[in-house]
Amino acid sequence: MRFEYDIEAGNFSKAGDASSAFKKVLKQLNVDPQVIKRIVIALYEGEVNIVAHSYGGKIVCDIEPKKVSIVLKDTGPGIPNIEQAMQEGFSTATPAVREMGFGAGMGLCNMNRNANAMNITSSAEDGTRVELIINL
Amino acid sequence: MGQAHFSHALKVDPHICFGCSRCMVSCPTEAIRIKKGKAVIYEDRCVDCGECYRSCPVHAIYIKQDDFEKIHMFSHKIALVPHVFFGQFPSQFTQNDIKNAILGAGFTDVVEVEQSVPFLIEQINKYVKKHAEDKPIISSFCPAIVRLIQVKFPSLTSNILLLKPPLDITAYNTRKRLVDQGIDNSDIGLFYITPCAAKIAAIKSPVGEEESQIDGVINMDTLFNRTFTYLSNNKNKMEINREYSKLNFRSRRWPLTEGESKYIKGNNFAIDGIHNVIDFLEKIEDDEVPGVDYLELRACIESCVGGVLLTTNKFLIAERIKNNNDEPEVIKVQNFIHDKEYLESHIAVNKVEPRNIMSLDDNIEKAMQKLTTISDLMKILPQTDCSACGAPNCNALANDIANNESTIEQCIFIQKNMEAENKLKPEESYEILSDIWGKNKFSKYKNLKK
Ligand code: SF4
Ligand code: SF4
Repeated sequence: MRFEYDIEAGNFSKAGDASSAFKKVLKQLNVDPQVIKRIVIALYEGEVNIVAHSYGGKIVCDIEPKKVSIVLKDTGPGIPNIEQAMQEGFSTATPAVREMGFGAGMGLCNMNRNANAMNITSSAEDGTRVELIINL
Repeated sequence: MGQAHFSHALKVDPHICFGCSRCMVSCPTEAIRIKKGKAVIYEDRCVDCGECYRSCPVHAIYIKQDDFEKIHMFSHKIALVPHVFFGQFPSQFTQNDIKNAILGAGFTDVVEVEQSVPFLIEQINKYVKKHAEDKPIISSFCPAIVRLIQVKFPSLTSNILLLKPPLDITAYNTRKRLVDQGIDNSDIGLFYITPCAAKIAAIKSPVGEEESQIDGVINMDTLFNRTFTYLSNNKNKMEINREYSKLNFRSRRWPLTEGESKYIKGNNFAIDGIHNVIDFLEKIEDDEVPGVDYLELRACIESCVGGVLLTTNKFLIAERIKNNNDEPEVIKVQNFIHDKEYLESHIAVNKVEPRNIMSLDDNIEKAMQKLTTISDLMKILPQTDCSACGAPNCNALANDIANNESTIEQCIFIQKNMEAENKLKPEESYEILSDIWGKNKFSKYKNLKK
C-alpha cells in the first residue's frame, strides 16, 4: 500500500503533518507500538529536514506485511558532505531555524538509528533522496 | 467494537436522550453512535473523560454512583474527600465547619485524599531518577488520561508512571491505621467522593491493579448538597465540633493544574483539557519535544476543579484553593502517614497494557484490505461530516462500514443518489433513517405541506 505526501519548503506550521498522517495509518494496521515509534521518529526527522533545508519535496511510504519503505525526495540544494552530515550533532540549520526548535543536528543520524537500513544519495542538481527500510 | 469488558460509570438514560447527537460529536475517541434515536456508547473506546456529559443539553447522560445508604453497612464510615470539594463552599464556612458537616451528613470520619501527597512526591522523584530511559514519565493521576493513552497512544503506555495515585495510597494508609487500632477490617467502609466519572471507572475496573481498597463511590454533587443543607440548618451553632488538621500547601495544590509538575524535580510540563492533551501527546509520540522529564496531564480544563461533578465554577474554586492560606498547617505531614514501609510495599502498580482502538485487524493483511476499503469510501463520501448517518463524521462511517458495523446506504447523500437511480425505494430509505434516528423523529412531519 502506498501513501504519498507533498512537503512544502519553509512552512514549519505544517512540519509533522505527514508523519502524523502516516502514524495514524500504522496504528490502524496494528503495527507494534514500539516499531511505530521508531518509524515516526525517523519520518518526522526527515520531514523537518525537507521543510528546513530544501526547496520542497515528497515523501512516499510503501507498506508491505513485513516491512515499511520510505523514500524522502527533495529538489535541492543537496548535501555537500553526507559523511559529515551523518555525524551526531552536525547541523546546517540557520540560527533562525534552530531558534524555532528545529534542526538541532540530530536529523540523519537519528533517522539511521531508527531504521533497519538507510540509503542516501545527494547532488546539487537532483537534490537529496533518502530511503529508509523498517522491518515490521 | 462495542464489546463490553470495561466498567464505565457514564450511562445514557434512554428515556431522556432524544438523539440530538451533541455528545457524539464532542467525544474525543469517537466512542458514540446514534442508534434508533438514542446515543450508544461503545465501551471499549470510551475513556470516561466526561465530555459527553458536559455536552448533553437535557442531562440524559448520568454518572452511576453507589446508594448513599450503603455507608450504613459499616460501623466506620469514612469519607475520602478530595481537596477540591472544599473550594465549592462560600468562604464564610471554614474547612473545619465543612468537615463537621460531612459528619453531620452521616459519615463517622473525614479523610482528605491528598494527605499522602508529600509521600508520593518523594516516591515519584525516586522513580523518575530510576527510570531515566523511559522519559518522559507520564503521570498516572488522571484515569481518563491513562485510558486515553491505552487506546489512542499505545506506544506511550510504557511511559506511564507505575505508582498509585494519592487516593489509593490514602485508602491503604487509612485502612491500615484502623486495623492496627484493632478495628475489624469488615467494619471499615471507605467511600470516595468523586469529582468525575473517570475516577469511578478506575475504582470499578482498575488498570494495573488487582483490586481497589474503596468500598463505595459517592458523587461529589450529592455530598455537596447534603453537606450544604447541613451547614444551612446549623448556621448558628454546629452540633458536631471536631478539630481537624489541615493539609500542607503542596497537597492542597495537587489536584489543580501544575499541582504535580511544580513539585517534581526536572523539566516538566502540565497540560489540562483532553483535546490539548491529545495534541501534545501527538508531539511526544513523534519525539518532537526532547528533554522532558515528567508530564502532568489532566483531562479536565483547570484539572479536578473542572471535574464534571463539581457544583461551582472551576475558576472560582481554583482561586479559593490557591488563596486559602488563612488556616495554617497544624499537624506535620509525617503524622498522616501511619506505616511508611507498608505503603512503600504497596505503592507499585503493574504495567499498563495498550489496547489500540484504531487497529482495524490483528492480521496486517486483513487490516490493509480494510484500510483500502476506507480510503475508497472516503473518495465517495461527501466529507460534510454532517453526522446524519449516526456516526460522528464521514471517516468514522467509513471505518464502521469496513468493520461491517454500518452500511453505505446510511449516508444520506448516497441514499438520495440511489433513490434517484431507482436502486433504493423511498420506503427503504425512510426505514434506514428511522433505524438511525428513531421513528419518533419523523412522526411530526406526517402532514407537512409542501
Ligand atoms: S466519557 Fe468521553 S470517551 Fe466516553 S463516551 Fe463520553 S465523551 Fe466519549
Ligand atoms: S482531571 Fe481530575 S476530575 Fe478531570 S477526569 Fe481527570 S481526575 Fe477526573
